[in-house]
Amino acid sequence: MDFMTSFLAAAVVAGTPLLFATLGEIITERAGNLNLGVEGMMLMGAVIGFKIGLITGNPILALLAAMFAGSMGALIFAVLTISLRANQVVSGLALTIFGTGFSAFIGKDLVGQVTPNAIKLFFKPLEIPGLANIPILGKALFSQDLFIYLGYLTAIILGIYLYKTRKGLNLIAVGENPGAADAASINITLYKYAHVLLGGALCGLGGVYLSLVYVPAWQENVTAGRGWIAVALVIFAAWNPFKALVGAYLFGGMDIIGFRLQGTSIQISQYFIDMLPYLVTIAVLVVVSMRKSKKNAPPKGLGVPYFREER
Amino acid sequence: MLYKVVKRSEITQGKSFGIRTAAIILALLTSAVFIMILNLNPLEVYASLIKGAFGSNYRIKQTIITAIPLVITSLGIAIAFKMKFWNIGGEGQIMMGAFAASFFALRYPDLPKPILLSLMMIAGMVAGGLWALIPAFFKAQWETNETIITLMMNYIAIKWVTYLQYGPWRDKGALGFPKIPNFSDNAILPNFLGIHIGWIFALILIIVVYIFMKHSKLGYEIAVLGESENTARYAGINVKRTIIIALLISGGLCGLAGMIQASAVSNTLNVEVSGGVGFTAIITTWLASLSAPFILLASILFAALIQGGSFIQTAFGIPAAAAMILEGMILFFVLGSEFFIKYKLTKNGSAKSAAGKGEI
Repeated sequence: MDFMTSFLAAAVVAGTPLLFATLGEIITERAGNLNLGVEGMMLMGAVIGFKIGLITGNPILALLAAMFAGSMGALIFAVLTISLRANQVVSGLALTIFGTGFSAFIGKDLVGQVTPNAIKLFFKPLEIPGLANIPILGKALFSQDLFIYLGYLTAIILGIYLYKTRKGLNLIAVGENPGAADAASINITLYKYAHVLLGGALCGLGGVYLSLVYVPAWQENVTAGRGWIAVALVIFAAWNPFKALVGAYLFGGMDIIGFRLQGTSIQISQYFIDMLPYLVTIAVLVVVSMRKSKKNAPPKGLGVPYFREER
Repeated sequence: MLYKVVKRSEITQGKSFGIRTAAIILALLTSAVFIMILNLNPLEVYASLIKGAFGSNYRIKQTIITAIPLVITSLGIAIAFKMKFWNIGGEGQIMMGAFAASFFALRYPDLPKPILLSLMMIAGMVAGGLWALIPAFFKAQWETNETIITLMMNYIAIKWVTYLQYGPWRDKGALGFPKIPNFSDNAILPNFLGIHIGWIFALILIIVVYIFMKHSKLGYEIAVLGESENTARYAGINVKRTIIIALLISGGLCGLAGMIQASAVSNTLNVEVSGGVGFTAIITTWLASLSAPFILLASILFAALIQGGSFIQTAFGIPAAAAMILEGMILFFVLGSEFFIKYKLTKNGSAKSAAGKGEI
C-alpha cells in the first residue's frame, strides 16, 4: 500500500468511533434533544462492552452490551429532559460527568487488560472482492474490519430512514415543530424517548470500538474528548447522516496526522499537531455560523422542552 | 390521566431550597443502594467520607483549600450562565490564567513580593478573560455555539501547557523529570490563619459578585439578556457589548482561580493545575441556582466530597471515581427536582389550575 492509501485507511479507522457517536447525536438532535452527554455515553459503552467482551469472548454480545450501556445513559437524560423538562445543556453535562466516573469505576480492574483473541480475530480486516480493487480508495474503504462496514451501513440506513420513510419524516417534524407534530397525532414523547435511546446506543457502539478494536485494550478515559468532537461534527454534517460519513473520516484523518508526520521531514511539535482537531472544530463552527443558511440550520425545536399544556 | 401537571405561580425561596435539599438526600440514598451492591456498609462509607473531609484540623484545612478555586470559578461561571451563555471552558480559562501568572513568576522571581503577586494576579485575570473572550466574540458576532468552542479551548489550553512543561519551560535541573521549575518564595501567596489568603479573596468575591449581579446595571442587563434576547434589545441593551464584558469577567475570575492554584497550591505550573475544577464548578454553580451566597455552600459540599472521596479510596479501596459518580448523581437529582419547583401535580377534576390555564 502506498502512503496515501495507508493514510486514508487509518483515517477511516480513526473516524469510525466519531461516525457512530455523530450518527447517534444526529438522531438525538433530530428529536429536538441536545444531548451533550455523548462523551459519557461513549465511555459507558466502552467499558461495559469491553468487560462483557473480556468475560464472554463474544463480539456480538460485547456490542449489544455497549449499546445497552449507552442507551441506559441516554435513558437518564431522557427522563430528565423529556419527562421532567430539565435544562438539556446541564443534563448532558451531568451525564458526561456521571459516565466518566462510571467508566473509571468499572474500568478500575480492567486497566492493562487486552482484547481477547477471539474478538480480535472477528474484527480483522476483510477485503470486499471487486470494490477493494478501486484505485487508492478501494483498499482504504473496503479492506477494513466488520465494525467499520457496520458504520457505513448504519449511516446509510439512518439516512434512508430519516429522509425516505414515514417514521423518519415524522421524526423531522418532531424536531422542527413538536406542536404541529402533536396536532398531527404523532406521539411526541414516544418519538423522543425512542430516538434519544437509539442515539445513546450508537454512542455506546462508538465507545466500544475504541476500547475493543482501536486500542485494543482498556485504558482510562479512552475517548479523550472524541465525544465532544462528535457534537461539533453534527453541526458540520448539518444533521445529515450521509454528510456525517465524510465529516467523521475527515476528522479521523486529523486525529492521526500528527502520528503519521513523525519520522518525516516535517518538523512541528507533536503538541501543536494534537491541537489540530480542536482548532479545526472551532474553525468549522465559526464558518458554519457565519454563513447561516436555512439548509444547514439546526432543528427548530432543538433544546426546547415540549410541554403540551404550554403550546 | 389521574394527575396533571400545572405550572406553579410562585414558590418561596425556603420551599425551593427544601426541594433541592431533598433531592441531594435522595441522591445520597440512591448511591447508598449502589454502595450496598458493592458489599459495603453505606453508613460506614458516608461516615468516613465526612471524617475524611472534616475529621481533623488538617483535613478541614484541606477541604477549605479545595473549596477556594471552586468558589471563585463557580462565581465566574454563574455570571456566564445567568446570561444563558454555557461557558464550560472554565478548565481552559484556569489553565491560561495559571500560565500567564507563571510567566511573571518565572521571569521576574526577584521582584518584591507585593508587586510580583499583583502582577501575577492581573496577568491571570487578563489571560483567563481573553481566553473566554474568543468564544464570546464569535457568539456575539455570529451566534456561534459557545458550548463546544469553550470546551475545545480547554483541550487547546491543556496541550499548550503540556508543550511548555515538556518543551521550552522544562526544568533542566529536574534530572529528566518533565516539570516546570518551582516558583520563588516571592511568587507564593502568603498564609493567613493557616490557610493561603485565597480564602479571603473567595469570600470578598462572593460579596462583590452578589452586589454586581443584584444591584449593578450590567448585572441587571446580563439577567435580562439571559431571560430573552428580544426583551434585552427592546430595552435598549447593547447585546454584543454585554456578552463580551460578561465573559471577560467570567473568564477573568476563572483565570484568577488558576493564578491562586499555581501560586499557592502547586507552587509551579503543570497540566494538573486545573484538576477538573472547571467542570466541578459547573455542578456547584447549578446546585446553587447561580446565586453567589449559595455557591459557597455548594462549593464546600463538593470540596468535602472530593476530599472525603480520596479518603474512602484509601480506607475502603473504592476508586476515587466513585466521588464523580456521586457528583453526577447529585446533579441528576437536583435537575430532576427542578421540575417540582416549576410545576406541581394536581389531581384531575380539581379546581382550575393555579396558573389560570384552562383544559386543552
